[in-house]
Amino acid sequence: MVDLWDGLTQAFWLVITLDRELAEIALRSLYVTLTALVIACLIAFPLAAFLAVRRFRFRRLIIAILNALMGLPPVVVGLIVYVLLSRSGPFGVLGLLFTPTAMIIAQIIIIVPLIASIAHQSLRDLWQEYHDLLISMNVSQGQKMRTLIWDARRALLTASLAGFGRGIGEVGAIMIVGGNIDNVTRVLTTAIALETGKGAFALALALGFVLIALTIAVNLMIHWLGQTEREGRW
Amino acid sequence: MLFPLNVTDAQTRRWGKILVGPVSLHLTGAGATVIIGPNGSGKTTLLHLLHGTARLHAGTIAWQVPMAEARAVQSFVFQRPVMLRRSVVDNIAYPLVIRGIRKSEARAQAHDWVKRIGLDEMADRPATSLSGGEQQKLALARAFITAPQVVFLDEPCAALDGRATAEIEAILQEQMAQGTRLILSTHDMGQARRLADEVVFLRAGQVHETGPATPFFSAPQTDAAHAFLNGDIVE
Amino acid sequence: MRQVLFVIALLWATATQAQDSLRLAVTTSFHNSGLADVLLPEIQADLGLEVQLLIVGTGQALRLGEAGDVDAILVHSRAAEEAFVAQGYGTHRREIMYNDFVFIGPMNDPAGISDATDAADTLQRIATVDAPFVSRGDESGTHNKELALWQAAGLDPDNFGDWYRAVGAGMGAALNTASGMNAYVLSDRASWLNFANKGDLALLFAGDPVLFNQYAYLPVNPDLHSHVKSDLAARLEDWLTSPHAAELINSYMIDGEALFVFNAEDVS
Repeated sequence: MVDLWDGLTQAFWLVITLDRELAEIALRSLYVTLTALVIACLIAFPLAAFLAVRRFRFRRLIIAILNALMGLPPVVVGLIVYVLLSRSGPFGVLGLLFTPTAMIIAQIIIIVPLIASIAHQSLRDLWQEYHDLLISMNVSQGQKMRTLIWDARRALLTASLAGFGRGIGEVGAIMIVGGNIDNVTRVLTTAIALETGKGAFALALALGFVLIALTIAVNLMIHWLGQTEREGRW
Repeated sequence: MLFPLNVTDAQTRRWGKILVGPVSLHLTGAGATVIIGPNGSGKTTLLHLLHGTARLHAGTIAWQVPMAEARAVQSFVFQRPVMLRRSVVDNIAYPLVIRGIRKSEARAQAHDWVKRIGLDEMADRPATSLSGGEQQKLALARAFITAPQVVFLDEPCAALDGRATAEIEAILQEQMAQGTRLILSTHDMGQARRLADEVVFLRAGQVHETGPATPFFSAPQTDAAHAFLNGDIVE
Repeated sequence: MRQVLFVIALLWATATQAQDSLRLAVTTSFHNSGLADVLLPEIQADLGLEVQLLIVGTGQALRLGEAGDVDAILVHSRAAEEAFVAQGYGTHRREIMYNDFVFIGPMNDPAGISDATDAADTLQRIATVDAPFVSRGDESGTHNKELALWQAAGLDPDNFGDWYRAVGAGMGAALNTASGMNAYVLSDRASWLNFANKGDLALLFAGDPVLFNQYAYLPVNPDLHSHVKSDLAARLEDWLTSPHAAELINSYMIDGEALFVFNAEDVS
């Protein structure tokens, strides 16, 4: 209990004094996860829309795989990405291991199935609603997908927030592929793991509270951005 | 030109049961064809068959152009209108936008239609917030904005009160006067009398009687049509 | 204008930084000592070299070196290091400094190890009373050292009962576990001194020469991995073995205690 209180006060002072190191780590966390999120959405939304409007042979199988991959352990993803990006691995020449780019790649792999699965559920429901109208209007596959994605944008926002939550709080994969290098690849979660290892529970908790606050702030901001659209009904 | 439309022994099944057919029809290019008949007689399915959105299992449906081209100059209005999760004006502009018309131009045309159907105050409201009658008027505007040659309407006033029905019929009359061909189904014999130039009376998936509206309503040739017009229960 | 210059200077600074950086895999125990926080800024100042530390276990550090994912490693597990060089993954092994391992345990010391004569006696006393003992269990340098000590004491951990807990985690996590269970644990002195969650634990036994912990620097072989920055690794080695480094290492203290003894030999 003493640690909790110490953590809170320490978090308070770190934030109030705008601790430079903390700011850097927090900004890096945001940079990595938000970049991964944007790219993951660009992959997951069209994939989800495609699975909703198109009937093809392996559709059910792909949906089942996506659902299963939602629970993919980040450590496993980290190991796979590590082996691929290692200098002795197939993509070693790119020299990406232990860079923020490697962390972004790992996080994309972790959050794409999550976002695609959630997005697919809402797009599928919307497609049932729209099916007769769009078929009657002779709408092309691409237009169907675009219409669904645009009209379900609120549900997709929720899906992307789920992806953000999984990404920003993730430590297993980015620890392996990022290496937790000070000033280069250290982010909030890996810093927390490091401080916990040193037994510095109060500082670790302080970083944890900053992480929680950051997550809430980003969620609120994205919701607020969504609300500023004229209509609040969808 | 799409017409004349020749339907020869058209048939469609679901789970082995014949829904419609065999049906043969010859439709020419003017006025309104009204399809009437008891529930389950196949009115909706017949409309979808003609539009090419239901599967044809036997027979032919021959417009003067291939079905895909024909559908491009047709619109379909459903009994329960499908509202896109967009504003009223964006719903109406949608068919233009997917035809590649610039968004500003499409919205300008849509605004004209919003005024014609009297929804100008709600132009930027979500379409799903409209009442049933307003939604159906929106669906009509969305169907007519592309200036289609043929519009199919599946019981467009089924759930509406008298005033909304009158407004919708006024729009339909106006469009017919401009040369749009209407093919609609209805349960409302008053509406059938007001709109029809030609009647198709369906019974158990088959055309039981068909012909020009005036003689059909004054002197139906078959007992079933007679009974149906009298309000008796016809299976 | 001044701002433009500032931005250009900043870009230039980051560009050169990106150019002169070197990846060094080090063990958790080295990082926990806090010595890196003293050495890295000095290296930056003297050489203009940014050393990027990867803090991992000895086993993983060796793997990173084998794969060419780091430019050099700084670890403390002699047998493994010699094998690393023998297999050609590293060019050579250079001893830099040593610190020592210490036995940590509950203050009331149920096994009475504070009266032990040497490391072997310490372990025998713990095993005799089946006192809870936390092992790293992660094949790290510290874990290997612990296993060697058990062997020297004539005991085999495979035959131990429930009191022997292999946690499979880093030094800090193992200390946290020992603190929670009031158990004995073998730790490097640096990690122990810097450890913040001591609870009821205390340093109970130290000083046997077998407990000395030699750190060595091994540059990764550029013949196997052409991208390895062997010239920078050589410059870092020169610095680490310089009199300036010796002074910094020998004078590094925690709570008034010196932690490391510089023992690099001059090869020139």
